[in-house]
Amino acid sequence: MLGKTAGGLFWMARLLERAENTARMIETGQRIALTRAGSGADDWLSVLQAAAMSQGYLDKHDEMLPEQAIDWMLRDPDNPTSVMATIALARNNARLVRTALTHEAWEAVNSFWMLLKEALARKVPTRDLPRILSLIRERNALVRGSILGTMLRNEIYDFIRIGTFIERADNTARILDVKYYVLLPSAAAVGSRLDNVQWDTILRSVSGEGGYRLAIGPDVTPMGIAQFLILDKRMPRSLNFCCAKLRDNLNYLATDYDMRLPCHQQADTLCRRFMSHDIDAIFDYGLHEYVQEVLGHLASLSTQIEIDYRFYG
Amino acid sequence: MDMFDEMQGPRGQVREPFSTFDAWLGKEDPARLRAKQREAEDLFRLTGITFNVYGRSEAEERLIPFDIIPRIISAREWQRLERGIEQRVRAINAFLHDIYHRQEVLRAGRVPQEMISGNEAFLPQMIGVTPPGGVYTHITGIDLVRTGPDDFFVLEDNARTPSGVSYMLENRETMLRMFPELFSQTRVRPVSDYPRNLRRSLAASAPPACEGVPTVAVLTPGIYNSAYYEHAFLADKMGVELVEGHDLRVVDGRVAMRTTRGYQPIDVLYRRVDDDFLDPLNFNPDSALGVPGIMDVYRAGGITIANAPGTGISDDKAIYSYMPEIVEFYTGERPILQNVPTWRCNEKDSLEHVLANLSELVVKEVHGSGGYGMLIGPAASRKELREFERKLRARPGNYIAQPTLSLSTVPIFTNKGLAPRHVDLRPFVLMSPEGINVTPGGLTRVAMKKGSLVVNSSQGGGTKDTWVLED
Amino acid sequence: MRLAINHTTRYTYSAPVPYGVQQIRLYPKPTRGQTVVDWAITVEGATKQVEFDDHHRNHVILFGFDAGVTELVIRSRGVVEMADTAGIVGPHEGLTPLWLFQRATDHTRAGKGCREIVRAVEGDNDLARLHDLSARVHGAITYETGKSEVVWTAEDAVAAGHGVCQDHAHVFIACARTMGLPARYVSGYLRMDGQDEQSATHAWAEAHVEGLGWVGFDVSNAISPDTRYVRVATGLDYTEAAPVIGHRYGPAEENMAVSLRVTQQQ
Repeated sequence: MLGKTAGGLFWMARLLERAENTARMIETGQRIALTRAGSGADDWLSVLQAAAMSQGYLDKHDEMLPEQAIDWMLRDPDNPTSVMATIALARNNARLVRTALTHEAWEAVNSFWMLLKEALARKVPTRDLPRILSLIRERNALVRGSILGTMLRNEIYDFIRIGTFIERADNTARILDVKYYVLLPSAAAVGSRLDNVQWDTILRSVSGEGGYRLAIGPDVTPMGIAQFLILDKRMPRSLNFCCAKLRDNLNYLATDYDMRLPCHQQADTLCRRFMSHDIDAIFDYGLHEYVQEVLGHLASLSTQIEIDYRFYG
Repeated sequence: MDMFDEMQGPRGQVREPFSTFDAWLGKEDPARLRAKQREAEDLFRLTGITFNVYGRSEAEERLIPFDIIPRIISAREWQRLERGIEQRVRAINAFLHDIYHRQEVLRAGRVPQEMISGNEAFLPQMIGVTPPGGVYTHITGIDLVRTGPDDFFVLEDNARTPSGVSYMLENRETMLRMFPELFSQTRVRPVSDYPRNLRRSLAASAPPACEGVPTVAVLTPGIYNSAYYEHAFLADKMGVELVEGHDLRVVDGRVAMRTTRGYQPIDVLYRRVDDDFLDPLNFNPDSALGVPGIMDVYRAGGITIANAPGTGISDDKAIYSYMPEIVEFYTGERPILQNVPTWRCNEKDSLEHVLANLSELVVKEVHGSGGYGMLIGPAASRKELREFERKLRARPGNYIAQPTLSLSTVPIFTNKGLAPRHVDLRPFVLMSPEGINVTPGGLTRVAMKKGSLVVNSSQGGGTKDTWVLED
Repeated sequence: MRLAINHTTRYTYSAPVPYGVQQIRLYPKPTRGQTVVDWAITVEGATKQVEFDDHHRNHVILFGFDAGVTELVIRSRGVVEMADTAGIVGPHEGLTPLWLFQRATDHTRAGKGCREIVRAVEGDNDLARLHDLSARVHGAITYETGKSEVVWTAEDAVAAGHGVCQDHAHVFIACARTMGLPARYVSGYLRMDGQDEQSATHAWAEAHVEGLGWVGFDVSNAISPDTRYVRVATGLDYTEAAPVIGHRYGPAEENMAVSLRVTQQQ
């Protein structure tokens, strides 16, 4: 396979995952706004932070207005990481690797882009927001499903999966990075309404509220959330789950090519050093420091994959 | 002017090749057909069969209109066309070999030397180079027009990087999906084996350096090129890699592509990049689309470039007017297909004739393509005519002129029923050391506007499925 | 006469070069009056890819940069046996038609300056006129190093009134073609009288004269080439006959140093 094609698949998958995560964050922000009084300016700021979009927003706008924030995240042409821009870029990558995709997978991406372009041609009225957000989730699910259902389990598939899980791990780590302080024991004023809302926010932004109850139990605690988002092996958005999938898919490539490369070493290190402790040890180490290090490792792993599989040269 | 309609004969009767189709059409509900027409367009948009229009924003992708009424050619009509096309392609390749070697055709005075010596399309770097099997034009598109039941003319030869074959294939695919019943009533010769034939044909043209099964790849300028869809489509259907210049470099004396496992040599490169951009070391140094040194590898026998560099000298519009002589010179036969009569404006008498009859003629730039920079006399305003007169006097050698042919029509399906529209035909021809293969049919381009003679997709033309009937 | 040549071109780069190619024309041409006794080319920092004879019958070698090099050295050395032919190279050979040498190129497109030189040219026959042309170009463009650019066209040089051998050759070629005569560029070696160390490779021009064939004109030295001139490559202009042309990726700046010894063996 061409190095460029591997890169195109990897980025197509990352960008699709990113768009979905952004949509989910908008949903969370909207949910908070609906469930509490006040302007919610701080909440939107932290939503933008978790989506790594706050700087651009603040460069353009002086105040934090919910509608403006939503528009920024969805479609503002000045935001190169808006959902619209991300999907357009994902689709460009899909065009680049058109020959590696099945007809169905390509059509799913292409029609996603076509529908979204139409849906986001104008500012979205608040009452239409749920419909648009579910369109994004559903269309992403359709893409994922068509890839799952029609693509061979070969190197093409591996690069798609690697892109998906690196982005997802990155996303979960960023949410933890922005919100880590509400999980710290010192800040845990047990039972306060404020913290409940914050915890709820975290769970919702990874669509984990239902899963949490099943996996951990009815009581939402900071430790429980951290355990669930970092170490749980069943939760498809936890760091542990994503890193294991990353390592697995990289290993498939290593076996397929009969070639172990530096990125495999890095993925092993990531799993061994960061996913094999219990949650107490992580808190002892410092949640913030831990998350920062994971983010750093993910970024360097991503670069190493680019080099090892010759995405660019 | 008498107009020849390929479906409705001169006295209103349906011509024979269309008879079965016409019977089917008579029983169809127009509302259902309208729905089918819309369905076809949705299908095309979803598949992403779009093209980018030159001179517009990069991201703009447009759909080429597709019309559901097929253009039908009888087996007998096709037989003659096929022989003529094959003869012409053979002559073009013989001409190219000669012009880059001993230039007998110039020595014999059949083509004036200044037609070549003053021609930018003549590529000195090809002098003395013989591509594998002597094949220069692995893929040729011959544009034909028709004016009567037996009157076909060659309008243009496309020997560089002819495009449109993906539309030929997708049009058929769409018709098969929408009207399967039609194909059980009529025996239409298939076109779907084109990608397989293309791959076989390219592989058969592998260079001396090739070991084992030839590796073929398609070189595209990238996703913003107007024909990117076609490049991806052909690579996909052939099961070969679609590469860009920056995926390639010279490694171990071969042109190799950067894969996830390292560099892998390419034997045959089906390039959809123009000569000038192919190699920044040997041609345009500013080109970012090419591969520095690919010409060196080519000359050393390390890769086959399809089509060969320098083929533009054979499809130049000035050379076109000599094609009848060229066909005779190299094949020793009378040309089966006629040229459209052509005035070369660099000849004084011709220029005077052209200027005196400008409003009745079509004037084309010698090196132009895609219908840009041409004048259609009968449709031009006074101002346009005056403007072109000035251009002609300033640079007569840059133009040729042809009579406005009364192009045949085939009906298109409109909201008000069938309506005749002018068409042309571009059959696609494959050539390899093993022989010549003409795909039955080709791309029918249709002027969607009433009365219009411009069929180019960049100027609002559409396409039709083209049927060649089995014997 | 035998000439021993030792030619080294050293390129240094301000940063490692990720990739690039060098196309070299450094193999002396078999020519009337010129026999290559022994010749070898070695390159450090790059790997030979392919070699072939181009349409001017130059022997061309393509090298690919080794990844990440900061220095590339091209060495050619050997011995050439020379006999005097009074500057006459002889009949045109090969498939490349003579008319091609009447084509203007970007470097040799005649404009006002060249046409003015041509208007003044006198002589009873083509050969005499070409000698006169050579003298006039010599007079119009002072030989001065370090003040011209490799990308200069013939007209640039005429306008500047100074230039190097490359510019002299380009102007001569542009003028000869304007006079209706085929002309070409020659790059090669010149042993300057009484000195072994040469500052650079040399360039001159050839024009095709009916009856004689190709005849050489070294405008810079106002003579026709003799046994001290080793022909290496020819072309329509500098770009086709240059000893080395390259294409590099990456932002590195290039620096070039040439050392050239041409010694007389007998």
